Amino acid sequence: MPSVSLTVNGQPHSVEVEGRTLLVELLREKLRLTGTHVGCDTSQCGACVVHVDGESVKSCTILAVQADGSAVTTIEGLAAPDGTLHPMQEAFREYHALQCGFCTPGMVMSAIDLVKKHPDGMSEHEIREGLEGNLCRCTGYHNIVKAIAAAQEVIHGRRETLAPAEA
Amino acid sequence: MYDFAFHKPSSLSEAVALLADPDARPISGGQTILPALKHRLDRPSALVDLSGIAELRGIRREGDRIVIGAMSRHAEISRDPTVAAAIPALARMAGNLGDTQVRNRGTMGGSLANNDPAADYPAAALGLGATFVTSRRRIGADDYFQGMFATALEPGELLTAIEFPVPEKAGYAKMRNPASRYVMTGVFVARGPMGVRVAVNGAGPGVFRQAEMEAALAANWSADAVAGIRQSPDTLNGDIHGSAEYRAHLVTVMAKRAVLDAG
Repeated sequence: MPSVSLTVNGQPHSVEVEGRTLLVELLREKLRLTGTHVGCDTSQCGACVVHVDGESVKSCTILAVQADGSAVTTIEGLAAPDGTLHPMQEAFREYHALQCGFCTPGMVMSAIDLVKKHPDGMSEHEIREGLEGNLCRCTGYHNIVKAIAAAQEVIHGRRETLAPAEA
Repeated sequence: MYDFAFHKPSSLSEAVALLADPDARPISGGQTILPALKHRLDRPSALVDLSGIAELRGIRREGDRIVIGAMSRHAEISRDPTVAAAIPALARMAGNLGDTQVRNRGTMGGSLANNDPAADYPAAALGLGATFVTSRRRIGADDYFQGMFATALEPGELLTAIEFPVPEKAGYAKMRNPASRYVMTGVFVARGPMGVRVAVNGAGPGVFRQAEMEAALAANWSADAVAGIRQSPDTLNGDIHGSAEYRAHLVTVMAKRAVLDAG
C-alpha cells in the first residue's frame, strides 16, 4: 500500500492508504479530523474544502497520494491553541452566517483563500462570485457574504476588531 | 472507485513508458478523471500523475506565440502577466471556468486532452489556431479536435504544451448552464496572424468553426456584422437544458458579445 507523508495543521503524519483513497477520507477516517464534511462527493458543493499548500481545494476530488509532501490546513487548524477563533470563524459567529452548519467548514476555508487573494478588498458581488464553488442548502448566503465582508477588514488590517453585526 | 496503482514520474520519458500500458491513464489536475472513476466509468490499472514533470510546466512568450505547459493550472493561467498582456481573453477564460477550487487544481492540458464539448479551452484553441505539442509531434487545432471527447491524440501520446499565436484582437462570451455552470453555448473570436476565426463550443457535439461569421467579420469587424447570421440547429445538441434551436440562437448572441469583448 502506498504511504503518504504530509503535514496536517502543522502536525506531520505518515499514513498508509490505497491508491484510490481520497484526501478527505484520509482526513476524516484515518486522522479522525471530521470537521471537513462530505456533502455531494462530486466536487460541486464545497463542504470538503481544505487548503493544500495554501490553495483551497475540494478534498473529495484529490487523491491522498496526490497530497504527498503537502501542507494541509483544515477547519480544525484555524483557531489558536488557546481557542481564540480565526477572524473568519469569529465573523461567521458574529454575523450568524450559518443555519444547519453543514456547509460552514468549507465556506470558512474557501472564504479565507478568497480574502487572501483579494488584498484590496472585495465588493459584495465579488464575494458572491468567489463563493461559486460552495453551496448552502439552507440558502443562508446573505449572512455568509456579510461575515466575509466584515472579516476581510480585520484580516487585511483595516480594522482592529470585527464590526459588530446589526441587531 | 476501483483501486489502481499510482505512479508519479519526474520526467516525460518515464511517464510515456508507464503509459505504454494500455490500461494506465494519465492524471493531471484530476478534476474530470476522479469524478469519472468514482462513477466507475473506467477501471485503470494505474494512474500516472503528471504533476511532478517539470517539462510540462511553465508559461512563456516565444516570439509571436504564447507557450503554455500542459500542466499549467487554470488559476496560474488566469493570473499570469504574460498571458494577460498578450491574450487577455484567454486569461479571462481561465479565471472564469469551473470554480475557485477547480481552477486551483485543473489544468489546460487535462481539459484539452479530455475535449468535453462543454469545456471552455477548446474554443480558445480552435479560435486562435493553436498548435498542440505532444510527446510525439505537433498537431494543428483544425486537426486536433475530432468531436465529442475525441482528439487526434493516440493512446499513450501526451500533450506537453499548447502554443497560441498572439492575436490583434480576441474575445469570448458564453452562456452558462445555471445549475452546472458548464458552457451551454460559447463563441470565441480572433483576428490576427491566424486570420479571422470564430469557434463555437458547448452548442454541438464538439467545438467547430463558424465559416459564415468568419467571412462576415473579415469584411467588417463589428458585432453588427454577425447579428444577422443564423446558425443552423441541425448538427447542434438538444437536451433537457436547452433545445438545438435555443443553442443555435445563442450562437448569434454569443458571437455578438464575443466581438464586443474583443473590442
